[in-house]
Amino acid sequence: MGIAHFGEILRFAQNDDSMYRNLTINQAHEGLVKKKFSCEKLTQYYLDKIKKEDKKINAVITVTADLALEQAKFVDRKIALGEEIGLLEGVPCLVKDNILLAGVPATAGSKILENYVAAYDATVIKKLKEAGAVFLGKTNMDEFAMGSTTETSFFGPSKNPRDFKRVPGGSSGGSAAAVAADFCVFALGSDTGGSIRQPASFCGVTGLKPTYGAVSRYGLMAMASSLDKIGSITKCAEDAEIVFEAICGRDERDSTTADCRMQIAECRLQNCRIGLPKECFGEGLDSEVRARIREAAEKLSKAGAKIKEISLPHTDYALAVYYVLMPAEVSANLARYDGERYGYSVRDRAANLFEIYAKSRGEGFGNEVRRRIMLGTYVLSHGYYDAYYKKAMQVRTFVKRDFEKAFLDVDFILTPTAPTTAWKLGEIIDDPIAMYLSDIYTVSANVAGIPWLSVPCGEAHGLPVGLQILGWPFQEKNILNLAKEFEKL
Amino acid sequence: MHLALEEINHLAELSRMELSDKEKKMFGEQLSSILEYLKKLQAVDTADVEPTAQVTGLKNVWREDEIKNCDDETRKRLLANLPEREGDLMKTKAVFS
Repeated sequence: MGIAHFGEILRFAQNDDSMYRNLTINQAHEGLVKKKFSCEKLTQYYLDKIKKEDKKINAVITVTADLALEQAKFVDRKIALGEEIGLLEGVPCLVKDNILLAGVPATAGSKILENYVAAYDATVIKKLKEAGAVFLGKTNMDEFAMGSTTETSFFGPSKNPRDFKRVPGGSSGGSAAAVAADFCVFALGSDTGGSIRQPASFCGVTGLKPTYGAVSRYGLMAMASSLDKIGSITKCAEDAEIVFEAICGRDERDSTTADCRMQIAECRLQNCRIGLPKECFGEGLDSEVRARIREAAEKLSKAGAKIKEISLPHTDYALAVYYVLMPAEVSANLARYDGERYGYSVRDRAANLFEIYAKSRGEGFGNEVRRRIMLGTYVLSHGYYDAYYKKAMQVRTFVKRDFEKAFLDVDFILTPTAPTTAWKLGEIIDDPIAMYLSDIYTVSANVAGIPWLSVPCGEAHGLPVGLQILGWPFQEKNILNLAKEFEKL
Repeated sequence: MHLALEEINHLAELSRMELSDKEKKMFGEQLSSILEYLKKLQAVDTADVEPTAQVTGLKNVWREDEIKNCDDETRKRLLANLPEREGDLMKTKAVFS
């Protein structure tokens, strides 16, 4: 081979981006280990892509190019020295903007935190740093994770990469859009009532909401503490498993965490029992979405799973339970944004302490957040506590029992993730009740605290549809195994 | 069910949020219809049912009550977020007046 020819190949290799496209974690790892590309090149590829394409999508609020390239060079030095690297080492990711990354702005999509800089790393970030993941930046979201479209973000809505006129879902819409647009290998999100699974469904990617307590929330801005979880948005179930294993486990800084590292997958597709709750296939479900879910169940059945209809009688009440408990906890958790210690402050225009609170919060929070704070304040206030809050906690017991009963007969439950495909921008934002009702299939998992995964299962009306797979608490491995087998069908 | 303006004023005060007249009207209508929807919970018979506040059943998770100092960088970042400070102290308006 002549020198000129060799130079041709080199130039070709440098200009050809195809080797970076749609990488999963394992593929990125292999590329790094086999020296198909350097970590710096890979990181720069994503940074360039975000710079070029995010004007249209608005998935990313903050890009941390310096941090990412510094991390990437460190990994490249290790590879050059012949040291072994872990699966996540050098793998570029994005993080939802309500999770703290030290020294980097964390806005939660809110005006009240527009200039807030995180003082420390969330436990999930600390764990991912230890695993060597590269941080490209922070993703857009509904304000304080309240919303189903990203349209409540102070920084404007993200767009669905599949159709720029449509929403990516929410609240982790920026993370889902970023993974679907291939701005990163994977992203972190948070899920209080469906905020990982619904955007994953709308964007055609995989979203895992782990069991309550499986992943530490230390460093996640609290929204509704009895419901909040951190999870992943990825390109496949295998990636969801790798990220879950890296971030799960007990943390003394989040007393609700439990040890879950000893999980062993026992269920196999060939002999598993799958339930379809009749309450999740009724009125309000788009007929094409229903058809895709039925086809998915059919495929699993042909592969050996036993499918049966089951009943979760309190499904309809779960939504009402959620819209009492969540705002109640929101009203307490968001009391910390006081215009005094950090964030937006009107102290120059305030005559006294009360005015600092009232004006900073009145001006700093958007409509959805203020609506939920007032609703929560109402259901917790004197004279209404028993009728709303206590009642909702009691009905929550029934919702949980429904699942406990169902899991005596089945290993998994399948439902649609959302009743429809992605909405058009502006289609639903002014009608809070319609937006809340769209959470119907996702909230019961949060109310009962069980793990739930959304995987793509085809299209309806030319847009992605998500299939939810639900399993027993702390059995994420089983769910992930089933999802991996489903992906092959 | 309809929330009176008086109730909205009270909620805004309890929530420490200043609202315009237009916002009060909007939130009043929206909260009224949401509360109407939430009424459906009343249809469930919950006599003698224990409330669920914690789903995984963990109880009384203790740890030693120790002071762990944060590192200098973290401390600097925390203080840098204060809207107004005097040295390392947060400055605020009079609490009792």
